[in-house]
Amino acid sequence: MSDFFQWLAGLPPLAQVPIVLVVFIALIGAVLFFIEYATRPGRGYTLLRLLVTVLVPAAVLLLFGLYNSVLWVAVLAAALGGVLFIIDYRSRQGSGYFLQLIAFMAPAMLLLALGLIYPALRTLMNAFITNDGTKFAGLDNFAWVLTSPDGLTALINTLVWVLVAPVVSTAIGLAYAVFIDRSRGEKFFKLLVFMPMAISFVGASIIFKFFYDARVGEQIGVLNAVVTAFGGQPVDWLGLEPWNTLFLVVILIWTQAGFAMVILSAAIKGLPAEQLEAAELDGATPWQRFWHVTVPGIRSSIIVVLTTISIASLKVFDIVSAMTGGRSDTTVLAFEMVRQFQLGGRSGFSSALAVVLFLLVLPIIIYNVRSLKKQREIR
Amino acid sequence: MSLVPETTRRALRKAEATSGKLKRAATSRGATLAAFIIAAIWTLPTLGLFISSFREANDIKTSGWWTAFANPSFTLENYAKALNSGDSLTLSKAFVNSLAITIPAAVVPIILASLAAYAFAWINFKGRNTLFVAVFALQIVPIQMALVPLLQLFSDGVQIGGLYILPGLGVNGLEGAYAKVWIAHTIFALPLAIFMLHNFISEIPGEVIEAARVDGAGHGQIFYRIILPLAMPAIASFGIFQFLWVWNDLLVATVFTSGTELPITKALQDLSGTYGQSWELLTAGAFISMIIPLLVFFALQRFFVRGLLAGATKG
Repeated sequence: MSDFFQWLAGLPPLAQVPIVLVVFIALIGAVLFFIEYATRPGRGYTLLRLLVTVLVPAAVLLLFGLYNSVLWVAVLAAALGGVLFIIDYRSRQGSGYFLQLIAFMAPAMLLLALGLIYPALRTLMNAFITNDGTKFAGLDNFAWVLTSPDGLTALINTLVWVLVAPVVSTAIGLAYAVFIDRSRGEKFFKLLVFMPMAISFVGASIIFKFFYDARVGEQIGVLNAVVTAFGGQPVDWLGLEPWNTLFLVVILIWTQAGFAMVILSAAIKGLPAEQLEAAELDGATPWQRFWHVTVPGIRSSIIVVLTTISIASLKVFDIVSAMTGGRSDTTVLAFEMVRQFQLGGRSGFSSALAVVLFLLVLPIIIYNVRSLKKQREIR
Repeated sequence: MSLVPETTRRALRKAEATSGKLKRAATSRGATLAAFIIAAIWTLPTLGLFISSFREANDIKTSGWWTAFANPSFTLENYAKALNSGDSLTLSKAFVNSLAITIPAAVVPIILASLAAYAFAWINFKGRNTLFVAVFALQIVPIQMALVPLLQLFSDGVQIGGLYILPGLGVNGLEGAYAKVWIAHTIFALPLAIFMLHNFISEIPGEVIEAARVDGAGHGQIFYRIILPLAMPAIASFGIFQFLWVWNDLLVATVFTSGTELPITKALQDLSGTYGQSWELLTAGAFISMIIPLLVFFALQRFFVRGLLAGATKG
């Protein structure tokens, strides 16, 4: 495996792409081939299952590369494969059923376990260990988050982001969706606001760096040009504490309002027209119709949009990194976490920041899991 | 077959049919004005940068881009200069890196996720619902929590009590190796991909699958011959999603690439740090980085919107 990747690295970048894809698709083809024949009855197919369950785990480990304990691990894997074969052979749903299920699931589930669950647990552990990784630190790292200037600023700023960005982007998206609903050129108007979604946060940051630009003499940034045109002094928007965080939040709002608009616009179009007509006949003003008919009708979509943008604002990293690099008290949890690790190798602090971030996201997870469970019960 | 649920589509048709009646109610003059203002605010910053990217370096620094309407003088030089800018890694090389990172990182997770999504939808097993909800919950675990240990995993492998279970990837510091960033993006994409594709695949009528089974097809053939073609719209939607996400990503790239494999977002960010006042490079560079996502976005917008709706109305 590592030999393969090392060989691949020697090729030009764009030549690597087709090779990786062909190898990957061939592997998936082999898996599907096995799935197709796994459940068939007959001695030949049983032998096939036995060979695959015993040899594949061992072969995968051997392919990873040679190292001190590989033979033992491979033998162990083969033995476990054999146990799996026996369990499957005696399974109530018929032999092969269990194996085909594993073949479908194993690639994704193994990657998730190894690449997401295990690392997340490691981070959770590291949060309670000192930065050099030698001693148990209790809650010291969390105390650092809550008391040090960097940690506290990051936490407060993240709260500002998550309180401001979702509400404002949703409000603007909703207002815009209502204003242009069934107007002429609706598609074009939608595109104008939707387009920032295709732009990276780094690109958006450069766009806004230019927009916020401040200098002595003639202004080249729109915002300061307006300020000076009214006789004011140019303002260094990104250095203006404590407001500068809000100027960064504007960038997220700029990219997310389009998302809110598209979702809410579709929801509005899904509302039964009779309700609006009935309200109109009853003499409701447009404002009343909007507030008492439209908004309750699209409530679930509004919640989806709010939670999605909340998660995006909790995890924001790129905007801070590209706009200010965390200077002038603009740092946020996700940014500070990477900075603590990359600059000082302070894995304890960095893990504690990640855990705090997780705790902030947790209520949203619980809410979503609950509604998903409800949905699946209805089915 | 579309990703938007049938009820929504029916409602959409109905809304279109009655739209004439409601037209006068929905568009008042104030609303139109407000819409114009929002649209202007949303386009102005991009337009300013776009116009600036074609102006002479000195003009950008000394006068606002709006003055270019009065005395226009444009050049393509900024783009030529930007492509070759950067200390160790030019922007053109970073552009190629982005392509090399993004294509596999968009294809691989979709295929793996569609396999798992199919099993979740059409193979019965104990604990299916619990496992599915668990995968869904992973979607919202911040990837920040996984970054650093995953990086260590790639270099050190898995050990239990000093005994290696898996070795590291052995690509640390190796020039031109994208393996780490491919795998990282694949892993981080899986939860959302499985969830979205499952929503779609589980709505494929059971009779179709039953009929194939009666004809003697196993799950392998059903997946390849029936599910994949029918789920193509969903797969395309998610593919575009993932493509844009990976192309525009900075965080994962910052952690899992280095030196000569950095993608364009990272190169651009470095440019904005070191040449903070070289606006001729930054403006052109920003648009070079946007070309591919904007092309994908405009060409495949229909799929993109469908993907958004499926992800959101169900989530």
